[in-house]
Amino acid sequence: MKIKAPKDFWAGLMFVAFGIGFMIVARNYAMGTAVRMGPAYFPTVLGGILAVIGLAIFAKSFVTNGPPVPRFVLRPMTFIIVAIVLFGVFLKPLGLIVSAAILIGLGALGGHEFKSKEVAILYAVLVVFSVAVFVKGLGLPIPTCPLFLDDTCRRIGIGM
Amino acid sequence: MEGLIPNLALGFGVALTPLNLLYCFGGVLLGTLVGVLPGIGPVATIAMLLPVTFTLPPVSALIMLAGIYYGAQYGGSTTAILVNLPGESASVVTALDGYKMARQGRAGPALGMAAIGSFFAGCVATVVIALFAPPLAEVALKFGPTEYFSLMVLGLIAATVLAHGSLIKAIAMVLLGLLLGLIGTDVNSGVARYSFGISELSDGIGFVTVAMGMFGIAEIVANLDHKEARAVFDVKIGRLLPSREELIYCIPSVLRGTVLGSALGILPGGGALLASFAAYTLEKKTAKPPRNFGNGDIRGVAAPESANNAGAQTSFIPLLTLGIPSNPVMALMIGAMMIQGIAPGPQVMTERPQLFWGMIASMWVGNLMLVILNLPLIGMWIKLLTVPYRMLYPAILLFCCIGVYSVNNTSFDIYMMCIFAVLGYVCVKLECEPAPLILGFILGPMMEENLRRAMLLSRGDPSVFFTKPISAVLLGIAFILLLIVMAPSVKKKREEAFLEA
Repeated sequence: MKIKAPKDFWAGLMFVAFGIGFMIVARNYAMGTAVRMGPAYFPTVLGGILAVIGLAIFAKSFVTNGPPVPRFVLRPMTFIIVAIVLFGVFLKPLGLIVSAAILIGLGALGGHEFKSKEVAILYAVLVVFSVAVFVKGLGLPIPTCPLFLDDTCRRIGIGM
Repeated sequence: MEGLIPNLALGFGVALTPLNLLYCFGGVLLGTLVGVLPGIGPVATIAMLLPVTFTLPPVSALIMLAGIYYGAQYGGSTTAILVNLPGESASVVTALDGYKMARQGRAGPALGMAAIGSFFAGCVATVVIALFAPPLAEVALKFGPTEYFSLMVLGLIAATVLAHGSLIKAIAMVLLGLLLGLIGTDVNSGVARYSFGISELSDGIGFVTVAMGMFGIAEIVANLDHKEARAVFDVKIGRLLPSREELIYCIPSVLRGTVLGSALGILPGGGALLASFAAYTLEKKTAKPPRNFGNGDIRGVAAPESANNAGAQTSFIPLLTLGIPSNPVMALMIGAMMIQGIAPGPQVMTERPQLFWGMIASMWVGNLMLVILNLPLIGMWIKLLTVPYRMLYPAILLFCCIGVYSVNNTSFDIYMMCIFAVLGYVCVKLECEPAPLILGFILGPMMEENLRRAMLLSRGDPSVFFTKPISAVLLGIAFILLLIVMAPSVKKKREEAFLEA
């Protein structure tokens, strides 16, 4: 058997995996009856349908032709995901000013061109804008400064 | 119809307060901006701004978010015409004739016609909503859980039928969305489903998180796959207003586009994108003489631009009357309403008339603002186009992160967004449209709830869905839709229709 439509092949597998996965986990919950459906009822039915449809897509990939799966470009993806995760990790302890620097710096590294001066200016503009609009203007409770500098920040009026 | 005038008066009373005018202005301005900029669409923008709107009164929040959606349709056409870069997918067809016109030195009339057509269509669509929404809501008020469940089935099926790309994969994405929507505490039993002991997951996954991951971040990553294409702008705009002959020449096209767009917008799965494609195809088939299409025929700009604006607006009808989203933007609007503590559905109109009519009136006001604003500001939008993507995406990244964080003030949502970004990227690569997933995600819990109630009422007899007349008709339509699309000849036509442009 030759895979004729690689995109469908992988998409089908993905849907089958999700469908079966949802069904398996649902076994931990009460099924109930059609009259009084338990928490497992609806997800089990949906998971089953999803798995069947996934199987159909999978089977179709051996019959009809389709384009190949385009290359996964890992560099931008890796940089951006790492940047976002680090932003999440450092936002509470170090505040927006520091974590935004990590996010924007690493995120920009994931692109095709990196001009440090340009990124620095971009960072400065974005941080000033975000603090002014989101924290000061809209009053969103986002930590701005590192915890240990809290008092200093509050004194100069950029803390929360 | 007797209440129409007082209702609209009430609406304008709300829409014309200084605060709401300001938010409407902010919305359309921002919408135009993201319409102009390629690589960021209204879905990601609205998702980013949702947390910001928590602090606003509900009417103002919805007025602003709606403005972003229809404002983006205006902005998208500007870049489609001037630099052949449709900033918004609904403007793809506008680029065909619009850019040709620009190359022939007729960019001004093309832009002018797009704006005039959009404005006319926007005015008509506002009236269409005002006329059709109340009777539809009245009908919907009589719906019980059985009818609602069938309606959602129909809505989801229609959304996949009318979306582009593979039908079967779209249905799979809907199902996946429904399942993901079920994550979190089950309201009936109190069981935390699929939470794997993570306390944050027992509240469910926020749809802002899903939308930003799959539309915002995944799009950035997908865009960074390729080196960016630089926009080269070397077109003279010339006078902006079309001549009298051009205007008269376009009247039938604008009318056709408006009617078609208004009709398609109401359908589930419809909206601006489908409307503009269909209008261009129709124009090519019916307009006489047809000789010039693809070579800078101004009717090829007028019709799809009218249609996409009409469609963008009438797609609010199912949202406002039935509480059912017809496209991802509407799904986000439902989310915005729920965050504001408003249960979307037919009761919105009777319980919160200021909200309902204020939003409708604001659409007309917003359209007027767009015309007045955009024609003189075209120079500024063009300048913005020269901003390279590498300056743009870090900003989107930061706003997405801040937005997701501020929904619950927890970094957990930021990590969840990453998971959905990866899923979104994989889906892009495997040609699975993310839009149906979002629709399913929003409707998942509602569908389960209605299914449960319907089955409880019928004592577990599933035939109730086929014996209650309204429900049977709705399911029948869904079934027929599926059959039609699966018929080989229609299937080919459908694929052609989406490929044509």
